[in-house]
Amino acid sequence: MSDHSKSSPLKTYFAVWAALLLGTFITYKAAYIELGVFNSAVALIIATAKALIVALFFMHLKGASEKLLKVVVISTIFFLFILLALSMADYGTRRWS
Amino acid sequence: MLSDSQTMAVHGETNNPALLHHFATEEQQKDASNFGMWIFLGTEVMFFGGLFCAYLIYRGWYFGDFGAASKSIDATLGATNTAVLICSSLTVVLAIYAAQTARRGLLLLMLALTMLFGCAFLGIKGVEYKQKFDEHHVPGASFSFDHVPIPGHPDQYANPRHAQIFFALYFIMTGLHALHMIIGLGIFTWLFWMAWKGRFTPEYDTPLEIGGLYWHFVDIVWIYLFPLLYLIDRHP
Repeated sequence: MSDHSKSSPLKTYFAVWAALLLGTFITYKAAYIELGVFNSAVALIIATAKALIVALFFMHLKGASEKLLKVVVISTIFFLFILLALSMADYGTRRWS
Repeated sequence: MLSDSQTMAVHGETNNPALLHHFATEEQQKDASNFGMWIFLGTEVMFFGGLFCAYLIYRGWYFGDFGAASKSIDATLGATNTAVLICSSLTVVLAIYAAQTARRGLLLLMLALTMLFGCAFLGIKGVEYKQKFDEHHVPGASFSFDHVPIPGHPDQYANPRHAQIFFALYFIMTGLHALHMIIGLGIFTWLFWMAWKGRFTPEYDTPLEIGGLYWHFVDIVWIYLFPLLYLIDRHP
């Protein structure tokens, strides 16, 4: 834990908490509005934004000094992307009957 | 290969009983623990990733059936549970803050609140599961999902076999998530016990941070499960 985050992390924590609750409320409300194909997009974008601020501020990824840590996080996301993208490329383009 | 300052640390300059002998400094020990936890979380991402991938494939195939099945779940309970988990994540970071500023009372309170929120989550989940059992929406011999219209196509009924796959994914994914919550509650019980004994100091709070990383990760999984399972095709 570096010193600058020790100065007043409380303000950040409560701001992140409020943002997460707001994001949940918006996702919930947006699901009942007809947006066509954008319903899923809006839900997933908000979910990703929420996951990102949890990782950055609650899990202290922001301000992490270890470069190895960043390698692990980025490679995790990369491998998840491979898993999803290649599977969907297969199922999306092949005729399964 | 130790520098002078590291050698001094090894020989007890900081006098921290928690510093294991194979680490040069407390900082190094903490980084190693953190690093190990993040690698574990990486494997967890792939673990849940396979299920999310299965969900995406079947959602593509049985688009309307999934919408109809998702609509039968109580989204308000899901939203409440999301808020409960977000509050528990806040109490986790506040607990770490309390340990780092040597506030034992606040630390114990925050750990207790975290466990309380965790139990509330599981309780609400139980209510939700009971509804599904009562409605015969649990995959198996007594499964029934007849004459449920597909959202946007009131003249078409959802295929019960396809809806059953949605419910199978729903129970596997939320069940696996709930199992993670139960394990998390076990970890936090242990952390509470350690905090009670006064083992955490501003110099040493690594178990709290590691346990916190796990808890936040379980929160992130839920952040994705909530819109994917509860909120698809809700609009009229």
